[in-house]
Amino acid sequence: MDKRKVEEYIFKVLMLGAVLIVIGSLVFILATILVKGLPTLSWEMITKTPQGGYYMGKGGGILNALLGSLLLGIGATILAAAVALPIVFYLNLYLRRRSRFALAVRFFLDVLWGIPSVVYGAFGFTLMIFFGLQASLLAGMITVALLVLPIMARGMDEVLKMVTFELQEASLALGATRLETAGKVIFRQAFPGILTAVLMAFGRGMSDAAAVLFTAGFTDSLPYSLFKPVATLPLAVFFQLGTPFPEVQSRGYAAALILTAIVFSLSILARLITRGMNKHVIK
Amino acid sequence: MDIRHWKDLLARRLMFLLCVFVLSLLFCIAWGLYHKASPVLAAGSWQAILFSSDWHPSQGRFGLAGFITGTLWVTGLAVVVAVPLSLLTAIFLAEYCPVRLRDVIKPVMELLAGISPVVYGVWGVLVVVPLVRDHLMPFFSGRFPFFPFASDNYTGFSALAGGLVLAVMVTPFMISLMEEVMRGIPFGVRESSLALGATSWQTTKKVILKKAAPGIVAAVILGLSRAIGETMAVLMVAGCALQGFPRSIFDTTYPLPALIANTYGEMMSVPLYDAAIMLAALILLIITVVFNMAAWGILLHLERRET
Repeated sequence: MDKRKVEEYIFKVLMLGAVLIVIGSLVFILATILVKGLPTLSWEMITKTPQGGYYMGKGGGILNALLGSLLLGIGATILAAAVALPIVFYLNLYLRRRSRFALAVRFFLDVLWGIPSVVYGAFGFTLMIFFGLQASLLAGMITVALLVLPIMARGMDEVLKMVTFELQEASLALGATRLETAGKVIFRQAFPGILTAVLMAFGRGMSDAAAVLFTAGFTDSLPYSLFKPVATLPLAVFFQLGTPFPEVQSRGYAAALILTAIVFSLSILARLITRGMNKHVIK
Repeated sequence: MDIRHWKDLLARRLMFLLCVFVLSLLFCIAWGLYHKASPVLAAGSWQAILFSSDWHPSQGRFGLAGFITGTLWVTGLAVVVAVPLSLLTAIFLAEYCPVRLRDVIKPVMELLAGISPVVYGVWGVLVVVPLVRDHLMPFFSGRFPFFPFASDNYTGFSALAGGLVLAVMVTPFMISLMEEVMRGIPFGVRESSLALGATSWQTTKKVILKKAAPGIVAAVILGLSRAIGETMAVLMVAGCALQGFPRSIFDTTYPLPALIANTYGEMMSVPLYDAAIMLAALILLIITVVFNMAAWGILLHLERRET
């Protein structure tokens, strides 16, 4: 056999091996979480708050963290969307195609995307001190909003780039202002994609722990005020795993399973939306 | 001018301001952290902080070198494991994989890239740490008792465990970037190479990889900076005990992000401690921003060259 063929064969085997390792390790993670988390998963876990001594193996659940994470995620997503939407419309509708300003904004969004969440956490902490806040739901929301802003904006940007230029021209030619074009034509056209970007950002915001460690604090009670500390699911997992008691640790695995399930359903929902909601989209 | 145009003008101004906000955000973060870190910089020279591993917050000694090298050590391990795997997988997905299979693999990978870092940490504690403790560490440390392997840490919580977990975390990210770069290469380039009689691997090796090289480098840099900043998962598996400079992949290690996350409770009680932590965050910010600017610079340049 010719030497080139042998080389090709070797590399094909290596590639297949790499693919198997990558996919295998990812499936392995899911299987581990499922196997370890499922036995301790119960209704009590998601319908009760921690009772006294929860972290030493007494009864209760993680409803506080579940609700806290949802609230924090929703708040942060709304805040981030309120900034991201105008920005991407400005970049795609108001500026010229090859505008240097648009390039700079996109570049900065990409760079912001790469900043680790723990740095956002530390920055949120300095903001918190600056405004005289304590660790609270609000501080957590703002920090997570900053964290997911670049992700969401870049996601929306990719969607808006796909909307044909003709659609915009047609609307403008009918006498609509750019704002009307943005709100009534482009937004509708891009809505499924925008929603996908929002859901992805929500999932990312919910699953991050390092950013909320400083800013949202932790508590055993249900969230009831914007200005009070709030529990979050990733931190609940982290703290339960940090205890020396096996039964608490196994509840931590169950909490990890819940977190993964939520993130997965969000991601799958986003996919279904892009596929199913194209009814009003002009091809 | 009628009300519709006023609205349009107002919206335009507001949108512009929001864009300026995004442009200024990076400087705000840097300035905020620098402002908070300045007390510790005023108390000692920055060389003393950056290049000394003398970490005794209660005595006012804040040498961060041990944490910085810890970060590099863990990240280095992660990159050594992740880059070959990602590159091979990306080549497979971009050049060899049937479209149908790719349509299955890609969404799965995207799904998995969204898993919470804490969940990766849980997996690390359950699987990787025992693997290192029971198999890798006794094997390597016993048979190769010299530089990167010799160790007397039998817990499994180690730099290697951190590196492996990080590698698993950044591979999907690097794969999708690399694949995108390779698929961006026009199909005609492949056809010309194949028409000259090259095998498909020769085409990949001598044409595709050569053309995609800057993009691949950018993807590696981005993956690297992801790994540098990753906090919770590493915190859970790396042991987080300071032992000066890293001597073995089986020793515990204490990277910068883990330091920041670990000290949130106690840092207000010791003078200058919080400033030192903010300095750690600032260092992390500078490293990741430099890496990201370089990488996105390369990628944007490629994108503009093509269009």
